[in-house]
This record gives sequence, C-alpha cells and structure tokens, in this order.
Amino acid sequence: VSAATTTAAAVSRGRFRSARSDYGSAFFSGATLAATMLILAMLAVILGNVIYEGGAHLSWRFITGGTERDMFDVHKAGVLPMIVGTATRVILMTLFVLPVGVITAIYLTEYASATSIFTRIIRGAVNNLAGVPSIVFGLFGLGFFINFVGQHLDSALGNAETHWGKPALLWASLTLAVMTLPVVIVATEESLRAIPQGLREASLALGATKLQTIRRIVFPQAMPGIMTGAILAISRAAGEVAPILFTGAAYYMADLPRHFTDQFMDLGYHVFILSTQAPNIEKTRPILYATVLVLLLLTCALNLVAIVVRSRIRRKMRSVQ
Amino acid sequence: MENKSKRSVGWMGLKRGHRAHPFEWLAEQGMFLVSLSAIVLVFLIFLFVAREALPVLLGRTDSSLTAKIIPVSEMGKLKPAQLQEYLGLTTAQFKSLDREALQALMEVKAEGAKEARQNRDTQINTTGWRYLLKPFQWSGYDHPVSIWQPVSQVQKYNILPLIVGSLKITLVALLFSVPLALGAAIYVSQLASPRAREYLKPAIELLAGIPSVVLGFFALMVMATVLQRLFGYQSRLNAFEAGIALGLAVVPVVFSIAEDALTSVPRSFTQAALALGSSRWQTASQIVLPAALPGVFAAVVLGFGRAIGETMVVLMASGNASILTWNLFDSARTITATIAAELAETVFGGNHYRILFMLGTLLFAVTFLSNLVAGQVILKLKRKLEGKA
Repeated sequence: VSAATTTAAAVSRGRFRSARSDYGSAFFSGATLAATMLILAMLAVILGNVIYEGGAHLSWRFITGGTERDMFDVHKAGVLPMIVGTATRVILMTLFVLPVGVITAIYLTEYASATSIFTRIIRGAVNNLAGVPSIVFGLFGLGFFINFVGQHLDSALGNAETHWGKPALLWASLTLAVMTLPVVIVATEESLRAIPQGLREASLALGATKLQTIRRIVFPQAMPGIMTGAILAISRAAGEVAPILFTGAAYYMADLPRHFTDQFMDLGYHVFILSTQAPNIEKTRPILYATVLVLLLLTCALNLVAIVVRSRIRRKMRSVQ
Repeated sequence: MENKSKRSVGWMGLKRGHRAHPFEWLAEQGMFLVSLSAIVLVFLIFLFVAREALPVLLGRTDSSLTAKIIPVSEMGKLKPAQLQEYLGLTTAQFKSLDREALQALMEVKAEGAKEARQNRDTQINTTGWRYLLKPFQWSGYDHPVSIWQPVSQVQKYNILPLIVGSLKITLVALLFSVPLALGAAIYVSQLASPRAREYLKPAIELLAGIPSVVLGFFALMVMATVLQRLFGYQSRLNAFEAGIALGLAVVPVVFSIAEDALTSVPRSFTQAALALGSSRWQTASQIVLPAALPGVFAAVVLGFGRAIGETMVVLMASGNASILTWNLFDSARTITATIAAELAETVFGGNHYRILFMLGTLLFAVTFLSNLVAGQVILKLKRKLEGKA
C-alpha cells in the first residue's frame, strides 16, 4: 500500500508524468536541440564566410605564385612559399612523431599491464602533454631546442657563427612533434584495442612469437587507425601558429627553405601577419581571405578524412564487442 | 615462486614468448624506453621553461639602472661575456661591434645612470616580487597602480593586469561555451536518433579542426563588427568579443568530453528509467546527467585549461591593452598574448625575457593542475560506471 501511495504521490508531483503531456521535457529537449543547431550554425557561418569571400580570389596563380614582388599586393602576391613551408614542417614533424607515438601505443596496449604504476604515469603524462598550451610549447622549443640543444651543437661543432642555435625548420618541426605526440598515441591505442583478441590468440597458437604477432597481425590491422592519428596530428599541426612563432616561422623570406636550419614562411603565420600587420587591411582583404581558405581546405579536409576513418573504426569496434 | 608465475602470465593471460627469444626481450625493453618519452617530455618542458625563468623566481634579477655602473676605464678588466651581459646585447650584436663602439655604449650607459639618479623610480629593482604582484605608486601617479610596461626607461612588470585579462576572457568563454556544448552533448548522446548522432557528432568535432588563427581572424574581421553593432559598446576589440571567439575554440573540447561521459553511463540506467515511464528528457536530466556529473565537471575543467592557454584567438581579437579592469567591454591583454607578442623583441637572457618565461611557467603550472584534476575525476568515474555496469 505504501509503495502505491509513494508512486501516486510521485505521479501527482509530475516526476514520472508521461512524455506527451510534459511541457518541461519538450522545452528542455528543444533547448538542447537549439544549442546543437547554434553550434552547427556558427560553424557553417565561419566556413561559408571564408569560402564565399576567399573563393572569389582563389586562383591557380594565387596558389602557385610567390611573394617576390610584394606580399601585400592583391594582384601579384601568391602563397606558394607558405604552402611549401607549412607542408615541409608538417612532413618533417610526422617523421619524428609517428615512430615514437606508434611504439608508445604498442607498448601500452600490447605489453604493459593496465594496472602497473608505470603505465598509469605514462598515461597521465600523455594526458598532460595534450593539455599544455601551445604557446608553452613555443617557449619550450626556444628554451630547449634552440637555446640548449642548438647552442651546444654549435659550440661542439666549433661554429664561429650561430648555425643551429637559431629559429629553424628543424626546431619548429620538433616542437610540433612534441605537441602532437598525444594525438598519435591516443589514435593508435584506440585502433589497437579495436582488433579482436582472437586474432592475436590464433597467431600465438600457431607458434608465432609475440613480436611476430604484432608485426604481421596486429600492426597491419591497426594501420587505418595509425593513419588517422597521423592525419589528425598533421591537421592539428598545420594550423598551429603559437609554437612556431619563436622557433622558425619567418615574416618574410626571399627564398624557399633549402636546409634544416633555414627559417620558413607559414600559412597560419601569414594569416596572422595579413590580419594584424598589413598596411591597408581593406586592400589586402582578398589575399587574406584566400589564404585562410587555403589553410582551411588543408586542415578541414584532413580532419574530415580522419573523422570518417575513425568513426568506421569505432563502428567496427562496437560490432566486435 | 608466486612472483615468477605471475610474470610469465603476461599478455592477457597468455605466456610471454620472450623467454625463448632474447631478441623479443630486447624489443620489449626498447619499446618500454621509447614509451617513457611522454614522461620525459613533460618533465623537460617544465624544466626548460622554468630554467629560463629561474633568476626571476629566485630574485636574482635586477632592473635598477644605478645598481651596477662600471666605469669606462675598467672596461679592459671585464670578460667579453660579462661585458655583453652588462650592456644587454645579443651575441650577434656584441660580435658586430668593435672596441670603440663598445666603449661608447659604456659611456652612454654611465650617462644614463647619472641622469637616472634624479628619478627615484629608476633605482628600484622592478623585477622583485613586490613590484610584480602589488600595485605601486610610481612618481607622477597620485595613487598606487598596477602597470605592465616592459619597454620604457623604468620597466614595469606588474602581472596583475595580464592575469585579470586572462581570467575575464576565460570567464566569458566558459559562460558562452559550456551551456552550448553541454546542451549539445546531452542532445547528441541522449535525445538524438542513432542516425542523426552519426552525423552530428563529427560535424561538431569539425569545429575543433578549425585552426585557432582562423578563429582569431574571423573574430577580428567579422565578429568584432557584428557584435559591436549588436551591443553598441565603444572599443571594437574587447574582452567580451574575444571571449565569445575563444568560446568557439572551447566548445569542441567540452562537447567531446561531456558527450563521452554521458555515453559511458550504462544503458541499463536509461532503460530502467524509461520503463518506469519517465520521458527522454527526464531520463537524461535526472538519471544520466547526475551519473555522469564528474565527467561533465572534468569537461569544464579541461575547457578552462584550453581557454586560458589559447593564444592566437586572444592575440588577434582582444585589443591587447594591458589595463587593470574587470570591465568586459574594455580592451584586454592575456598572459598568452603577451608572451606571443613580446618575446621576439626581448633581449636574450634579459629581465623582460625571463619574466615572460616566468609567465609561461605559471601557465604550465595552471594547465598541469587542471589536467591532473580532470584526469583523476574521469578515471574515477570510468571505474565507478564500469563497476555498476
């Protein structure tokens, strides 16, 4: 009897009222939908604005043109040096970060026991690395790579003038590699966990050693996930400006970078320069929008690919479980 | 004996192969060493950012102009490194100057010190903690003030305006982004149909793929004008507008972590509530949200870390005036923007350079703590929910 009265009281207080007559539910559900739509609308406005205004100025000449004559001249300036600079630093970064990130992820999922103190500290460090502000990575690049490693390299090699101890392509790439390490580790780990345990067991049962199993069975299966991690890292790094401000980006370079120790022009940094330091912002507006569009095409396209591949992996994992 | 048997049952209950193959053992040890790199890197970041800031932290810097004037006649006694530091030159500058030029510089310095003696302020070591943190009545002011003015005869390094600037922009960003991101997370994880979810989640996550320099550009070129027309405030670039732009960068962070936490609530919870006749919203708000609350808290903490550490958006959109005020519609300057804008122009190893690194250390400490807290909270929540499921 008492249970019935409690339920009746609850019903009368409206706690368990059915969905159809519940205006509060309808209102709040609507509010969450509105929040979702507002976020998507803002995304659409940003992308739409950049595509509309940038598309008008985007041309083959703009993409393949240099800045020899005048980087602020609407009719002559191009972004090829920036595309080359950004691409080079990102490719170099991938070469550094991918082996370290993938090996760490393999160790964490295949070898380390989940409860050991080391594993927990490593995971904590990876999480922390992911949350360090990008400008602090810039300071780190300057303090460690340039002022410590670079200058010691110079004095060890007996260089009369600073060759390594100054902002350079190599240092910017290494700084970005440190920054994107967690991205690669997390993506690789996720894809490794999605591989059915049975595959590993079957391989071991056939007499393969653990390393053979990882190399021939686990690694090929994890390949799409590793690629996703690499793409995410590339798209994250391609748009970052703060870490390369002091470690390698140049305001203007007459030539393309030819050596690890050269500085480079960069798409993101160029957007920053054009929007804050252009002598006449209204005149350079078309170049600015077109540069942003090129940068967005690069980062968003890469992101989209990564997101699609990742959602496929997640679906596969769900079906495995 | 027991210890030995435990070690051989390594990999998910399967016998390890490494006993038979030394190479396998070597590979495992090598991988272990590589996997330590994350720990080493976090440690190195702290070490090398703090290293450059150490003289400030220990009170070993001195900015007073009268403290250490060396007579020109004693120039020959100084080592080149000492002379370079005394004159505040970079290595390249120092090497490009000949003896006479250096002598002239020393004379200028001595002259400056002579003049400076007449000004009380120049004798103060402005890099002391008292001047970094508390307002001070500089000559020419009728009350104590907090000023960040590193490039002037008397370098003023009060960091309060920067901290307040960072905090108020972060506050606006969180007030704007957390309700939005949370609402979206609830909708996507609890209310949307599975089909809609497949598209909504990646679409919102795409926002994270927009580089912050592009958000800054958009805030500067478009949002500043639109918001000014809407609200009619005075300065076009201000803390409010920068906060909204920064909010766009925070939304994907809060969204994906909150969505993750809400999704990890066992389905049996939801099914039980729905079976009892509650509506989808009631289930979401009274069952799922309370269960995932620690995760939502962690999402907000990580959003805070992202907001306070973001550089390009605030550098481009906040106006960068270092005024100590809580007024949201005044131009503001954050810690990150100050580092980004000023570090390139500082003398290597000088006071200004070291204080910017000290700000970097502060930033690292704040984000490190918020990451630690959020990480622990998420870990505990995961364990709790897995235990119940």
